[in-house]
Amino acid sequence: MIWRVEVAEKKGFYDAIGASVKHDIHDLGLQGKVKEVKTVQVYLLEGDISVDAITSICENLLIDPVTQDYSFRGKILNESKYKVVEVAYNPGVMDPVEESAKKAIADLGIKGVRSFKTARKYLIRGDLSYSEIHAIAEKVLYNKVIQHIVKGAAAIAPEPPPYKFELRHVDILSSSDEKLNKISKEGQLFLSLDEMKAIKRHFKAIGRNPTDCELETLAQTWSEHCKHKTFRGLIEYTGELGEHKAKSPKRKTIIIDNLLRQTVMKVTDKLNKPWCVSVFKDNSGIIRFDEKHNICFKVETHNHPSALEPYGGAGTGIGGVIRDPLGTGLGAKPIINTDVFCFGPSDYPYTKLPKGTLHPKRIMKGVVAGVRDYGNRMGIPTSNGAVLFDERFVGNPLVFCGNVGIMPKDKCEKAARKGDLVVLIGGRTGRDGIHGATFSSGELTHESESVSGSAVQIGNPIQEKKLVDTILKARDLGLYTAITDCGAGGLSSAVGEMGETLGVEIHLEKVPLKYTGLSYTEIWISEAQERMVLAVDPRNIDKLKAIFEAENVEATVIGKFTGTKRLKLFYNGNCVCDMDMKFLHNGVPIIKRKAVWNKPRFKEPPPPKNRDLTEDLLKLMSSPNIASKEWIIHQYDHEVQGGSILKPLQGPNHGPGDACVTQPVLGSKKGIILGCGINPDYGKIDPYWMAASAIDEALRQIVSVGGDITKCAILDNFCWGNTNKPDRLGELVRSSYGCYDIALAYGVPFISGKDSLNNEYSTGKKTISIPPTLLISAIAVIDDITKSISMDAKRAGNFVYLVGLTRNELGGSQYYKIRGFTGNNVPKVDPTYGKKLMIRLTRAMRKGLVSSCHDCSEGGLAVSLSEMAFAGGLGMDIALNMRQMPKGQYPLRPYEMLFSESNTRFVVETSDAKSFEKAMGTIPVWKLGQVTKDKRFRIRGFDGKDIVHTTIEKLKSAWQKPFKDM
Amino acid sequence: MPKPKVLILRTAGTNCDKETAFAFERAGGRAELVHVNEITKKRRSIHDYQILAIPGGFTYGDDIASGKILANELKFKVESDLQKFINDGKLIIGICNGFQILVKSGLLPNLSGNFQNIEATLTLNDSDKFEDRWVYLKKPESKNQKSKCVWAKGIDGLIELPVAHGEGKFIPRDENILRELKDEGLIVFEYVDVAGKRAGYPYCPNGSVENIAGICDPSGRIFGLMPHPERHISPYQHPCWTRKMKDGPGDGFYIFRNGVEFAKKNL
Repeated sequence: MIWRVEVAEKKGFYDAIGASVKHDIHDLGLQGKVKEVKTVQVYLLEGDISVDAITSICENLLIDPVTQDYSFRGKILNESKYKVVEVAYNPGVMDPVEESAKKAIADLGIKGVRSFKTARKYLIRGDLSYSEIHAIAEKVLYNKVIQHIVKGAAAIAPEPPPYKFELRHVDILSSSDEKLNKISKEGQLFLSLDEMKAIKRHFKAIGRNPTDCELETLAQTWSEHCKHKTFRGLIEYTGELGEHKAKSPKRKTIIIDNLLRQTVMKVTDKLNKPWCVSVFKDNSGIIRFDEKHNICFKVETHNHPSALEPYGGAGTGIGGVIRDPLGTGLGAKPIINTDVFCFGPSDYPYTKLPKGTLHPKRIMKGVVAGVRDYGNRMGIPTSNGAVLFDERFVGNPLVFCGNVGIMPKDKCEKAARKGDLVVLIGGRTGRDGIHGATFSSGELTHESESVSGSAVQIGNPIQEKKLVDTILKARDLGLYTAITDCGAGGLSSAVGEMGETLGVEIHLEKVPLKYTGLSYTEIWISEAQERMVLAVDPRNIDKLKAIFEAENVEATVIGKFTGTKRLKLFYNGNCVCDMDMKFLHNGVPIIKRKAVWNKPRFKEPPPPKNRDLTEDLLKLMSSPNIASKEWIIHQYDHEVQGGSILKPLQGPNHGPGDACVTQPVLGSKKGIILGCGINPDYGKIDPYWMAASAIDEALRQIVSVGGDITKCAILDNFCWGNTNKPDRLGELVRSSYGCYDIALAYGVPFISGKDSLNNEYSTGKKTISIPPTLLISAIAVIDDITKSISMDAKRAGNFVYLVGLTRNELGGSQYYKIRGFTGNNVPKVDPTYGKKLMIRLTRAMRKGLVSSCHDCSEGGLAVSLSEMAFAGGLGMDIALNMRQMPKGQYPLRPYEMLFSESNTRFVVETSDAKSFEKAMGTIPVWKLGQVTKDKRFRIRGFDGKDIVHTTIEKLKSAWQKPFKDM
Repeated sequence: MPKPKVLILRTAGTNCDKETAFAFERAGGRAELVHVNEITKKRRSIHDYQILAIPGGFTYGDDIASGKILANELKFKVESDLQKFINDGKLIIGICNGFQILVKSGLLPNLSGNFQNIEATLTLNDSDKFEDRWVYLKKPESKNQKSKCVWAKGIDGLIELPVAHGEGKFIPRDENILRELKDEGLIVFEYVDVAGKRAGYPYCPNGSVENIAGICDPSGRIFGLMPHPERHISPYQHPCWTRKMKDGPGDGFYIFRNGVEFAKKNL
């Protein structure tokens, strides 16, 4: 029978969930209309459960006896004055609580519970029309991709009928081109006609049609997501290149064979750093850490799923990237998470919202909650990140998730051997996430939520935490020879990759399922989360299984590595796939695409009329890209594992730190610094200089906190529009060459990267493309964490310097953005000078000459000074003083000096001006003024008169204002 | 003298186990990470240890309510062993999720002495949000009662530790429980502002009744708190260490040292 249990707060106890829902409803513009929101937690239990048993379950498990009451015979609250909305998960969506609840019920000694589901009831009191309730439900209470509103009596969806085996072939041999396209489209394969024809040729040669499973396997393996066909294909590029050397390079047409190899990967080859242990081949890039350990780093995106279901999409995004270090070499312990988000403006008008999209604010809150709940539950500190806003992210938010792992030096190589068993560990397989890899390789449309809803999932972080705990035990005992994660493409990608050189056979019926009814193909391509694949010597299998069993993790032998170089799949003895590994991995036809670059022209704003720039500065502090992200930072546990040395918020008054410093081995002084550079506003003007600026920014952050760029490696993440369009591809080419030129000159290798293309949103006729966006993540090793430097101003009387030169480079600046312009003078980078500057500054820091340091990025010099001052709770007296101005610096107009975003600049506080200047040698440094005891913040112009005059309290409150009530 | 043995209890979702073990080792103990299955399946015995520590994390995802499922597991499967452990005069500490587990299993405050009654709870923060932030803590001022807690011995001034939780609002079951907690000196720490006075959010991060951050049982040997002492055993873990250096270890260290020293002397 089915028991329906309702749980609610007792009278007089605060309903925190109800209060926060009410807050969200207010944000919809329904202020005042909603008087009260109460919530009721609903549980549905199905099985042979007696009244005694359900009473015990309620009293001992489902309620908090101090604060809550329950009822299993009808409603717990009197609902007469309320409008009621009950939200439950859709059938097939995993209920995240079910597994642990069943365990807990068994702990009570109660048997016979077959199913356990949750739902939540919202009781809303207020003067609201039906359509307003409907709007509230849709915008705040549920997401139809994974949930529905319960109508009538709540029911538990019946177990799907068992699957009846039937081997299916897809007739492509007799198909016309038109038919081939149709097969690809209707099957959500996202294979191009050329690719379909290559498959047809292959199967024609062997004289049969492919099975559905074979075709799906090819679609997964050949997807843009897995194969990076754009980056690795042929590109005919027309445009300029080589700006960093020649002032105005000639326009030309060139053929690029494998853009990735010609640019990003070539930097690493050329630099050939001895401390790069494994680059661009494993699930993440590995560098040396200390005598005993190496560290690895990977950043991924999860954009498409986060657009449709922000909470689940972002959660599985972080969950997925954690499995990358875990699946690197023989497994690394995940130790730090990073997150960078790009959203549409949080105050975007509902009326302008494209059909089928969620509001940016809702996406933002959902994404933050998703990363929070997954990252925190994994016990991994989320320590570094950024959040940016632009109208062009309304249809396609970007969600970058990164993870750093640490591993013993001798666990960095893996190789499955002939005869090894294929062991699947972790969560069970369901229908979730089918077609994720191919789905993410296409464009989003207003129909995506209905067509591709199954590509979205909710993660189960505890399942993954159990995996981490047990895998590391098995690793240290040497019980397996290779490991990889099940990510996009599910088993098809994981097993396909592991077995590439040996060949493998899999018995799909052995895969443990969440529920019945899955076909052999669904089992093979399901992207159910929290699963990894191991290669295990048969002699170790019992020991290995014991490790997993001891902590309630399923480990199942599903096949073996054969040495036949074929991919063979069976379902209850029937062969459903038999393919040559060579064709599977190398048979994809090379695409040749055209790329064009034409420099866009944007309108230049007139200079500001006002002489006093105080208001402009305060406005900048409140601009969304600069404003405080405290509300996010505090929700992330950035201190778990005990190694947080420099935190995201620094100083007694919490200023925004440049980079985080983490001590991964407790008791050792060695540390890891993480920073990141990203600026899509520059990408609108010129992706070449965007790439250059992103690298410069990431390196600046490393240097700011005391790091050394000669011990730094970087990662690239390209998020682009549809690169089938020549202009978008032209932008990608320029950006890649920007990466090549600048990283090479700085001497900083790339160790890993990823691209997410097709971030466009179409509603019938109209298409919105994101601006080209490159994230550069930097990781550096610091020998002594106690030498790290924070950004908060330390002591009144200390001197304040600007290191580096300021140019009129306001193109793409935040200052132009708040005035509604883009401009054209995008900041450039001179890496030869930049490298010299950064190395000098690091040396001055090592000599103990720097009390605080903050890089100049969005908002420019004035914002950096403000943040340092308020973070330290101290004032500043600053003057643009011609006499102190260094050689090479020209006197720009005040607003240009204060708000230009020229690269390679730092604000430095020192107590010893003379020694600092001496240590910096020929590097341009400008003594701007002093830290002061009072809370006044003033900047004088070249004429000695104030151009900014305010207090640090005002600066800080402007900085906090926009997201204060999140 | 042999080092006191500390059992760091872990299960699915425990995540502060290693740094808690490190803190106990630093304080002179010998810490071992033990999965709850090893206890319930009787492969290991808690009686081989002098200290039981339940570290932070999200045991079983904190599904249903934080700490509830492990609390039940202890209550229904390890009860007699725990009772003996307590009767033997041994020590228990629960940090964050561990505190939630001690409260929800009835081990804290355990005024009735048989840990069958749930006398308090830790529930959703008033903000309905998980928050990681540093807080100031102090022993409550009381004229007639000194704190009984052996873990907090000598920690008399203002201390700083981080909290990181979504369900840390302490609520006693009724007025009588609260009064007894106060009268018997069982409130070990309360959230205060930088001047040492009780204050609202964000100084009190969760809305706890009377700003309660940590309590102990009438014996003073069982101690639970929401803030994380294991995250402040070195001065470099403090958010403002780049400004001023206090001498000696971080504030949280002394809690572990008190536990280890007590065990050395008495157990």
